[in-house]
Amino acid sequence: MSQLPLRAQLASALGRTAATLSRATGRGDGSVIGGRVGLMLEPDLLRKLATDRKLALVSATNGKTTTTRLIASALMELGEVATNAFGANMPAGHVSALSGAKHAPFAVLEVDEKYLPEVLDTTNAGIVSLMNLSRDQMDRAAEIWLLAQKWRRALAGKPAHVIANCDDPLVTWGASTAARVTWVSGGQRWREDSWCCPECGGPLDRGGSREMGQQGSVHWACRECTFHRPEPDWVLDGEDVIDPHGRRWRLDLQLPGEANRSNAAIALATVDAFGLDPARALPRLRTVTSVAGRYTTVERDGRALRLLLAKNPAGWLEAFEVSDPRLPIILSVNAQGPDGRDTSWLWDVDYRILRGRPVYVTGERRLDLALRLDVAGIPFQLCDSFDQAVAALPLGRIDVIANYTAFQQIRTEFGRAV
Amino acid sequence: MQSELSIVWIYPDLLSTYGDQGNALVLEQRARARGVPTRIHHVRSSDPVPQQGDIYLIGGGEDRPQILGAERLRKDGGLQSAIARGAAMLAVCAGYQIMGSVFGGEEGQPVPGLELLDISSSRGERRAVGELAAEVDPALRLPTLTGFENHMGVTRLGPGVRPLSRTIVGTGNGDGTEGCVAGKIIGTYLHGPALARNPALADLLLSWAIGPLPPVNDEWYQRLRDERLSAVLGDQA
Repeated sequence: MSQLPLRAQLASALGRTAATLSRATGRGDGSVIGGRVGLMLEPDLLRKLATDRKLALVSATNGKTTTTRLIASALMELGEVATNAFGANMPAGHVSALSGAKHAPFAVLEVDEKYLPEVLDTTNAGIVSLMNLSRDQMDRAAEIWLLAQKWRRALAGKPAHVIANCDDPLVTWGASTAARVTWVSGGQRWREDSWCCPECGGPLDRGGSREMGQQGSVHWACRECTFHRPEPDWVLDGEDVIDPHGRRWRLDLQLPGEANRSNAAIALATVDAFGLDPARALPRLRTVTSVAGRYTTVERDGRALRLLLAKNPAGWLEAFEVSDPRLPIILSVNAQGPDGRDTSWLWDVDYRILRGRPVYVTGERRLDLALRLDVAGIPFQLCDSFDQAVAALPLGRIDVIANYTAFQQIRTEFGRAV
Repeated sequence: MQSELSIVWIYPDLLSTYGDQGNALVLEQRARARGVPTRIHHVRSSDPVPQQGDIYLIGGGEDRPQILGAERLRKDGGLQSAIARGAAMLAVCAGYQIMGSVFGGEEGQPVPGLELLDISSSRGERRAVGELAAEVDPALRLPTLTGFENHMGVTRLGPGVRPLSRTIVGTGNGDGTEGCVAGKIIGTYLHGPALARNPALADLLLSWAIGPLPPVNDEWYQRLRDERLSAVLGDQA
């Protein structure tokens, strides 16, 4: 770190200058441009910045940013931590995060699923944490079975210690070529992408079905080959996590919902690989209240709006689980580049759970969502803008679910102070 | 049709990557709006395909599930019997390719299809991703086709099928046409909720199964169509 070669030191410094300029001119948080400048001057910068640190990479379809935050918060117990807290999860963002904390002995990087093989090759990270894989922005993202296959190839023959959710068959398959895996039973809420065996294509028998007897709802096994769920070392059990020594830890997170308890289970297993015991990690996990605006409550004109991000069908399922069924709800959907320009995924979400709640629909693709709700038989009110939706609502608490750019637009309305 | 309209959704566990459930839900809603009791049968790839369905749906998917799906359907034979009996079908994207004589596997290798449509498909040079708009064969008397495509396939139509439409925007089959129609089978590259964007196409399938249909309230369908077509075609719309 402090021993960076001169060229890398210069590249790192110029990158930070570019980041500062970007922030000063109001163009962004600077984490992408800074990294790009650094990589242009020294293509090997990421490798050099990663050397001599204890580094964890975190990847999944959903929960990357939150889990990265949970791990980073816990690791601060051990010392300074470099992390890409702004969700800039490609190599430029990684360079920026690492050069921003040059002397930090620990690092946690959120990594885009597609970039995981490249970033693992470059950084030689010692720890890789993998949570879930599901359909997401198919117009520009890789097909997920191919993605898992690339993970397998990238992990084979490397010394990395993988922490993986064994309740997700595709993640299990993607992780199982690693030299060492700690399996975490973190649950799987969205199952529509894992009815078939990733190894042979045969049908997967899932827990609760006749074939599985009483082995619990998370168990799975292929009916045609030997591929099956590994025995977990860590288990998320309701509000608790059970560690490999059989100790039971009550999570008591401030972040809501089962998905975040699952993220916390992965975080506890990950920091354990850093040598940090749950007894010291948990109090720090409990300090995390919102991550990049997610789960934050904002106030407007006597209304308290809680902001939930949902980028894909699995994410909507998680958001519905967190959402309070007694409250009115605003749904906002866009289809800009980062959202995926194809709105087909709306038809994969089961909106019938909203029946009986006042539903307000907005966002740039509100008509796609309106028809979707109409076909589901869910009454709704169409609003031309977020403001109009808020104004139409009674005073009090309201839940808001939005996809990526719709969420950012709402955050911007509140000055990103959330 | 017997006592209720039977919609058979083939292999949602393998081929439902792009909101394919939407086509089933739209057919169900529009049949019920006409007072026709309707049931959607989800047929997983480990189960036999029932032969007595009225409308069969097969959707889009990744390369490997597409190959698996084709193998299982060939072995099963239920879909072939249903089509021979005169059932209607909408085949989308990967499912559309499976209906032909051959399609391209993950390395471009030829994989045999079901030969229910006189088409053959292969992998093209680049991925076609984006909004599509096309003028439907005038004989079908349907308004402009609108939807979203995302595929690498190139499909050649044989003399046994007619193009469903001619593209205005988008790639479709790759030769200026999009989709095909033969008997009561429609094939298209438009993603899962194609029928949500084209309710008249949904009604065509329904009318093949249950006869002439009274009109229904199309407000939300029409508003979405108008918005999409004007976004894609601008002044041409």
